[in-house]
Amino acid sequence: MNAYLSAHRASILWFAAMAHRLSGIGLAAFLPLHFLALGLALRGEAALEGFLRWSDMGVVKLAESGLVFLLVVHLLGGLRLLLVENFSWRSGQSKLAAGAAALAGLVAFLFLIRVL
Amino acid sequence: MAGTAHREPARPDLAVSIWRGDAGGAYADYRVPQRANQTVLDIVTFVQREIDPGLSYRFSCRVGMCGSCAMTVNGRPRWTCRTHVSKVAKNGRLTIGPLANLPVIKDLATDMAPFFQKWQAAKGVFSPSKTRHDAIEPIKPSSPERVAADAGVECINCGVCYAACDTVAWNADYLGPAALNRAWTLVNDVRDTGGKERLRAVSAAGGCHACHTHQSCQQHCPATLNPTASIAGLKRATVQAWLKGEIEP
Repeated sequence: MNAYLSAHRASILWFAAMAHRLSGIGLAAFLPLHFLALGLALRGEAALEGFLRWSDMGVVKLAESGLVFLLVVHLLGGLRLLLVENFSWRSGQSKLAAGAAALAGLVAFLFLIRVL
Repeated sequence: MAGTAHREPARPDLAVSIWRGDAGGAYADYRVPQRANQTVLDIVTFVQREIDPGLSYRFSCRVGMCGSCAMTVNGRPRWTCRTHVSKVAKNGRLTIGPLANLPVIKDLATDMAPFFQKWQAAKGVFSPSKTRHDAIEPIKPSSPERVAADAGVECINCGVCYAACDTVAWNADYLGPAALNRAWTLVNDVRDTGGKERLRAVSAAGGCHACHTHQSCQQHCPATLNPTASIAGLKRATVQAWLKGEIEP
């Protein structure tokens, strides 16, 4: 029976909710790594400098742009939910969610161009 | 019928899979003749009357009023009496199952008791402020409360939104879109006296704040209602009531 029970999920807003959750988990997982990296400064300049040189690699910059995408899509998705839950209903939520994803993608792309 | 003019062009039979048995059952395959303007309910009725009399399903009005014939059609919950086969059949195939998120009694008949128990838990019963001896209270159709109630009051309790809601699937305590939509119409009924008790009920665990705003309920509602908007209204109303100290957090 389950094979045919997923068609109702094929909507932008279902994916927007999932993207909001997964981006939140992704950001929460990143924060300890971020603090760990900053903590390298406590071990001295060389340790932090070594990490910063490592982070200059293209693949790390690509991952950073992914992180920017997660941050922006989570921020905009959260703002959309705050609008829905605290103000009068506005139609066109699918467009808003798609716009948030597109804007997040654009910001991440611009970030990538800037750092590469 | 031999010699009688038959205007319908010949169509290949539909390949129909229908769920048989309880939750541990399986799909059974049938061949059903295609007809013009055929609904999914027509298909199920044909199978029961012409092929397998043991097939259990539920229907009543056949015109989209009673809300009793909802089923899962090709993976989406739908009212079957108003769903044309031509719009939902994929390559001549239909898969028809019972509504999701409800216990299966047999075949296509689900137990709607949890659905209506949650309706009750959301205080979906009108609490009158007047008796039959009082004059009828005039309600202006243009008043904000009446406009808000009107937007959700045409629910036929078919259970489609409940079956389409993943929050219901993930959280057994979640009251569901239909019950919360009903509560919202009563919150906006100025004649009702159960407001605070209702807001307490819908703001408890499994209430309106559990909604993930997927809007699947709105997307699938055959009556084109927007339960998500009703739930958002309840979220605002419960927060305002909490800020005023009228309900506990």
